[in-house]
Amino acid sequence: MQIPAAFDYVRASSIDDALALLQQHGPESRVLAGGHSLLPMMKLRLARPEWLIDINELTELDYIRRDADVLRIGAMTRHTTLLESPDVGRLFPIVRDAEQVIADPVVRNRGTIGGSLCQADPAEDLSTVCKVLRAEAVIRGPNGERVLRMDEFHRGPYETALEQTELLCEVRLPVRQRSGSAYEKVERRVGDWAVAAAGAAVALAPDGTIEDAAVGLTAVGLEGTATEAETLLRGKRPAEELFAEAGRAAAAACDPVADQRGPVDYKRHLADELTRRVLRRACGRAGAEREG
Amino acid sequence: MTTTHEHPANPAAGDPDRPVGFGRIQRKEDPRFIRGKGRYIDDIVLPGMLHGAILRSPVAHARLVSIDISAAAAHPKVKAVVTGKDLEGLKLAWAPTLSADVQAVLATDKVRFQGQEVAFVVAEDRYAARDALELIEVEYDILPPVVNARRALDADAPVIRDDIEGRTDNRIFDWEMGDAGATDAVFARADVTVAQEMVYPRVHPAPMETCGAVADFDPIDGGLTLYETTQAPHAHRTLYAMVAGIPEHKIRVVSPDIGGGFGNKVGIYPGYILAVVGSILTGKPVKWVEDRSENLMSTSFARDYLMKGEIAATRDGKILAVRTSVLADHGAFNATAQPTKNPAGFFSIFTGSYDLEAAYCSVTGVYTNKAPGGVAYACSFRVTEAVYLVERMVDVLAAKLQMDPAELRLKNFIRPEQFPYKNKTGWEYDSGNYAPAMRLSMQLAGYEDLRREQAEKRERGELMGIGVSFFTETVGAGPRKHFDIVGLGMADGAELRVHPTGKAVVRLSVQSQGQGHETTFAQIVAEELGIPPEDIDVVHGDTDQTPFGLGTYGSRSTPVSGGAVALVARKVREKAKFIAAAMLETRAEDLEWEKGRWFVKGDPGAGRTIAEIALAAHGTLALPEGIDGNLDAEVTYDPPNLTFPFGAYICVVDVDPGTGRVKVRRFIAVDDCGTRINPMIIEGQVHGGLTDGVGMALMEIIEFDDDGNCLGGSFMDYLIPTAMEVPDWETGFTVTPSPHHPIGAKGIGESATVGSPPAIVNAVVDALAPFGVTHMDMPCTPARVWEAMQGRATPPV
Repeated sequence: MQIPAAFDYVRASSIDDALALLQQHGPESRVLAGGHSLLPMMKLRLARPEWLIDINELTELDYIRRDADVLRIGAMTRHTTLLESPDVGRLFPIVRDAEQVIADPVVRNRGTIGGSLCQADPAEDLSTVCKVLRAEAVIRGPNGERVLRMDEFHRGPYETALEQTELLCEVRLPVRQRSGSAYEKVERRVGDWAVAAAGAAVALAPDGTIEDAAVGLTAVGLEGTATEAETLLRGKRPAEELFAEAGRAAAAACDPVADQRGPVDYKRHLADELTRRVLRRACGRAGAEREG
Repeated sequence: MTTTHEHPANPAAGDPDRPVGFGRIQRKEDPRFIRGKGRYIDDIVLPGMLHGAILRSPVAHARLVSIDISAAAAHPKVKAVVTGKDLEGLKLAWAPTLSADVQAVLATDKVRFQGQEVAFVVAEDRYAARDALELIEVEYDILPPVVNARRALDADAPVIRDDIEGRTDNRIFDWEMGDAGATDAVFARADVTVAQEMVYPRVHPAPMETCGAVADFDPIDGGLTLYETTQAPHAHRTLYAMVAGIPEHKIRVVSPDIGGGFGNKVGIYPGYILAVVGSILTGKPVKWVEDRSENLMSTSFARDYLMKGEIAATRDGKILAVRTSVLADHGAFNATAQPTKNPAGFFSIFTGSYDLEAAYCSVTGVYTNKAPGGVAYACSFRVTEAVYLVERMVDVLAAKLQMDPAELRLKNFIRPEQFPYKNKTGWEYDSGNYAPAMRLSMQLAGYEDLRREQAEKRERGELMGIGVSFFTETVGAGPRKHFDIVGLGMADGAELRVHPTGKAVVRLSVQSQGQGHETTFAQIVAEELGIPPEDIDVVHGDTDQTPFGLGTYGSRSTPVSGGAVALVARKVREKAKFIAAAMLETRAEDLEWEKGRWFVKGDPGAGRTIAEIALAAHGTLALPEGIDGNLDAEVTYDPPNLTFPFGAYICVVDVDPGTGRVKVRRFIAVDDCGTRINPMIIEGQVHGGLTDGVGMALMEIIEFDDDGNCLGGSFMDYLIPTAMEVPDWETGFTVTPSPHHPIGAKGIGESATVGSPPAIVNAVVDALAPFGVTHMDMPCTPARVWEAMQGRATPPV
């Protein structure tokens, strides 16, 4: 049994209550959602918050709602809920792809989308997914609500735009016509963090050319999305050679570091290989939707 | 599964699934385990119990300058803080290891690996104990660490064990076995020779339950009751008596339910000793249970063998000789737990399953700034490394000769008529019939079809590999004349009592860690006495309740204790014969045995069952002279030889050419462990060992950085396989009984762990053959496989 340093614990009863508690307990407090990153870090005494503000009773943050051309996902929506949602699977197959390879069922039953995005682990999958889906983050704080694009929200490894007194409440995914998306990860074992992963989302024009594309990479040091690859893709007809070109551009854009999961050149190779694969699959899915 | 019932239905039982004796029955211990009613070390709570925690070194190599415990001692809930200095006063700062070395219980002069024990805190609760560790201030004078075994013998390498007088380097031993001259001569004249360097990386058994102890010293009567996670309670008790000076009759060691051992729970760890010291100092029971990181970073690792293998053969594939040299990384203290005089344990079985003209090995052991251990993880005292070496080498030879690896093995097996077979390094293989097992595995696999499929896939650029391994295990240590642990011979005792109503209790010296002893040993008694297994209670793990013996590791329970139990049951049966004769008013020699009863030859109606005899033994019947009024017996079994189980394994993998990901698609395991007592338990053991094999072959490794930091200190970093990485196991068997074992059984606990890694690596290498790959080291992670595909496979250390 690993034992964290002493801490105090309080359960928030509403969003406003959570915000008040954050204000009250200050910078040494941490919000507890699924707890699958925070609690292990506390047990290893790498994190030592004085207060845990548990938001697990905020069921008002656990929802998936279609609202015209936006899918609204409450920040406390569990991974399992995302994985099992037919709406999510149909509109954003990339989410299902990613959720199938996030940790294991035990973690997915507890972990939340909000927790994942706020933790901003460089090997975290949903940050990449949300970036390529051009998601928006809805944040509430003492001064009311603000909405940030994912590239504004996610500032780098373990860093977001969230202020200490704020709470991420909702993630909005824009629904697009003739779109497709996909995610693929290489891991050493089921449940391990990614060696590397890639996500792509495309929208096709009525003539079948790529109207818009987004390519993201996980765990290989890419800030934002692979914009050069995206530029290459736009306006072109989906083809193997085009995917290969985009793969090379994505690989060139990333900046992996060597670790136990692999050397730099392997990770760069994966960025290339996986980019091709997810583009192939995303375009296929977009085409299938168009035909359907 | 290839079969469900290999033993004919016993007419006495009526139900073939509930045999009186050997056969497939559910485990007697499982109802409590699956209902959460097991009683593990951490379930033990004694009145007034305190809790201990260990402060461990954050660095790999440093001189200990000072330790300030004042703040920790002042913590309101802390009852004692113990340092190495305190232990020096008790002459307990250093404890002997099982390999004639010493290990620091708490560091006194230097720390020698990251995670080494530095201080011990006893507090009112576990939380306070853990908090107090942070209040201890230790000043370290950092020294350069020796992390890589290859650098350990460099002239400028820092001397790790300067505590040993006169030591000027890091060499622990040089050991050799076999005939170097004869082997060199064979190599000189051979048509073909191949050589390959390979690493069996440092791995860890990682049992689900970590190690722990509850020590309860009674200051009034001087008695010590020690509950601990030990695979060898009797050996531990004797060692505590020898080391700590507590008289042996005052020590009771209790090993409760054990959540996995795999050799991790054979040795005596500092934590156990510290729990005892804590109890003596405070006069209260003290519990110490390590956390996962402590288990992974400080308790007995496995392997860490850097090997070079060579084979000499004829052009047409007759293997003539095997030669190997090994650099063995033993960590900071030589603490391998193994019973031979040979510092490499059973490694000299590297001749494998083949009839050789000559063989030779040399092993050099070195100290490094890493955790001690080396013999663990179901390795059968280093048979694992030996089998990996020879089975990898046979595939290297097959590639060189462009021969099918299964055919090459069939060509070289020791032939059935050669058994008992004396190999070139002094082992006498008891029995074997290798070719049928190999052919059965090929048949179950559909070997020819697989090779065809592989050829078609290669045409399309797909990477499919088929790996073969054939292993001979060496288990059941063993004859006292050859094997001992600190002078204690490797025998085991058994006591059997048949109660007046015909129910029985059998007491064992071995200790289950999940192997199913409560079922298997009841079945042996059932087979011998003809009373149902559910009527036989199996008692083990408590030195006050069981006869002396050396414990469970090295797959020795069935070969040694199984023999003891069969013999004690036969002793009871013989005694029952005389009592039955008295009951039937006839002569013992006129009686005949059928399972469960003695009857008069030629008059089957006139007989007495064991239950009837038991009642009479305790009743008013006038017993024959020399027959005690009970139906009890005890034996100590000293096996005449080891047993040599074997098996033929075939693995099929698919490798993703774009990512290097390996998928184990199929695994066919044909095992021969002699007489099969409970096929379900055997299959369970095989399934577990095969899963271990997937772990070692594909992902497991304890790595260190240049500063000596352990990079495998959590399950985030040290990966063990899940159900997702393993296929549906396909098992089969042949039966070649041991000629010297009372029931012909050989042991199965470690076969699959020993035999499966080379099959998987051989399959991966086979898949990568189109890239010209002839070898890659474990673990075959995606990155390392991809590097091999690029022509730059590198050793992991």
